[in-house]
Amino acid sequence: MSQTTRTPRVRPPAEQPLIPQRRGGSAAYWPYLLPGLALLIVIVIVPLVWNVYLTFTKWKGVRAPEFIGLENWVKIFGDDDFWTSFANSIWMVLAMVVLPTILGLVIAALLFDVVGRKFGGRTASFLRATFYLPQILPVVVAGIVIGWIVRPGGDGALNQMLGVLGIRPVDWLGQMPSALIVLMVVLIWVQLGYPVVVFMAALQRVDPELYEAAELDGANWLQRFTSITMSIIRPEIFVVTLTCTIAALKVFGPVYVITGGGPAGATLVPAYYAYQEFFTKRNVGYGATIATVLTIVVVIVSIVFIRVQNSLERKERAGL
Amino acid sequence: MHATTAIVTGKPGKSRPRGGMTKKRPVDWLLLALVIVGAIAVIAPFYLVLVNSFKSPVDYANSGPLALPENLDFSGMVAFWERVNFPEKVWNSIFISGVVAVLAVVISMLNAFAIGIGRVRGRSWIVLLFLMANLLPQEALLYPLYYMFKSVGLYDNVWSVIIVFTVIQAAFGTYLLSSVYGTFPKEVLEAASIDGASRWQILWRVVFPISRPTLSVLLIFFFIWTWNEFLIPLTFLASNANQTVPVAISVLQGDRLMDVTTTSASALLGIIPTLIFFLIFQRTLTRGITAGAVK
Repeated sequence: MSQTTRTPRVRPPAEQPLIPQRRGGSAAYWPYLLPGLALLIVIVIVPLVWNVYLTFTKWKGVRAPEFIGLENWVKIFGDDDFWTSFANSIWMVLAMVVLPTILGLVIAALLFDVVGRKFGGRTASFLRATFYLPQILPVVVAGIVIGWIVRPGGDGALNQMLGVLGIRPVDWLGQMPSALIVLMVVLIWVQLGYPVVVFMAALQRVDPELYEAAELDGANWLQRFTSITMSIIRPEIFVVTLTCTIAALKVFGPVYVITGGGPAGATLVPAYYAYQEFFTKRNVGYGATIATVLTIVVVIVSIVFIRVQNSLERKERAGL
Repeated sequence: MHATTAIVTGKPGKSRPRGGMTKKRPVDWLLLALVIVGAIAVIAPFYLVLVNSFKSPVDYANSGPLALPENLDFSGMVAFWERVNFPEKVWNSIFISGVVAVLAVVISMLNAFAIGIGRVRGRSWIVLLFLMANLLPQEALLYPLYYMFKSVGLYDNVWSVIIVFTVIQAAFGTYLLSSVYGTFPKEVLEAASIDGASRWQILWRVVFPISRPTLSVLLIFFFIWTWNEFLIPLTFLASNANQTVPVAISVLQGDRLMDVTTTSASALLGIIPTLIFFLIFQRTLTRGITAGAVK
């Protein structure tokens, strides 16, 4: 939720600990790191390596895994469900990153520039809290709320409202593209508040005098927004896009509670597909392969983002 | 809801134009209306779930989803409450999230003490390792962990979930706290050292109290993040008696019991605990989110 992209640059000139030493130097601090590192190795690193090993096996979860070489890896590239699940990830990114970031920028700018100034800070922060409210929900609960509204059959809330207009009940989750759209609505609804809150805080850094100067130069609101505001709050835009992209790749809960991957696998996402292979179909090796691909994608996305941000920062410092 | 006002209007002299608040053009009213319409759209699902949780199925069928209930009917709420034994699920969630929050803060602090203040060798790699552990999709650890917990008898035991989330949350905490401790005021540490305090004493009597505000933000975030988790509790807590609130509510969706108003009540019961946290911790949350984003 509130992760930052930049790795802390703890590279002071001296390698000495901050506490003056009697003996031992920085090596004396290893015992403090031991419990944390030991837990990390047992709970994260060993399972991660083990999971990669499982991609080369066929295993039902009982008896010993059978080594089958690259079979799972060959299979995965010809698997339509696999490609569907990653194609759906693009829709998840649209719903969790692209749309919330754009809408969040517009709403934050309106709340800060118009509502906050002309109608008072209280109105602005009340509206901000409203937009933020769905963010606090466990994402499965958010899924259940929206799922309840689109409940199929005559007693669903949306169908009832449409019924007043004479529209027959629609099976929203039983067909495409509406099933995918419902999922995306859940994610947009949950996600929107995060960029709104972050961007509003960032907008406070924008110096109003810069705006006034631009106004004197004849720049309109849109020009000011794109040339001044956007460049000043760029770090926040970066953080929001990175954290939300990673979250979008990992979406699981809403798919589990709303569509179950259906209709006919059309709303599968990688996390849910892997889960199904692990526990429903008991193809542990294949599930591990999907999970490994997902991990690789997440790692690549993080590295690319951090690289791009670092190079932008460097350019900025160089005065470009 | 107004607790965060201080943040928005923190610099009133700067954030307001010289004209004051009085000059409202028609277009300003239009933009305000637009934002309010958006806010209503965001609130609408909450409204629908709230009003329909207190209707009888007959009332719902007659009046439709938008109307207020004719009489307050608690049958859906009671049916769901009893079916899932809701207090038990709330206790499970509180216990798991509470223990995780405390343990993860302690481990983050120990790690960050070694990395940020002790400056152990290779620390930037260690921090990167912890960060990666936090970013990984949980699916990549899921089956091996499931197998491990089954072999040591921790499967279907709340402690399996507690251990996993302690590690995952502490990974984030280590990343954040290491950079905070890296800029810890050196004079304070030197003074304590001159007074003869050992490293352990400095950690608990100097570093811990001074960084308490940051630690309490972490504690609250760890609690709420763990409360909202789904995949790992779903996989590791098979029996009813061990489930958390989000898991218990989700696994009953589609059950025969779940008529339209009972389903609505189940969603409402999922919303209420987090809503309470939001109201209690709103100030800390908003500050934490924004601080996390700009670091």
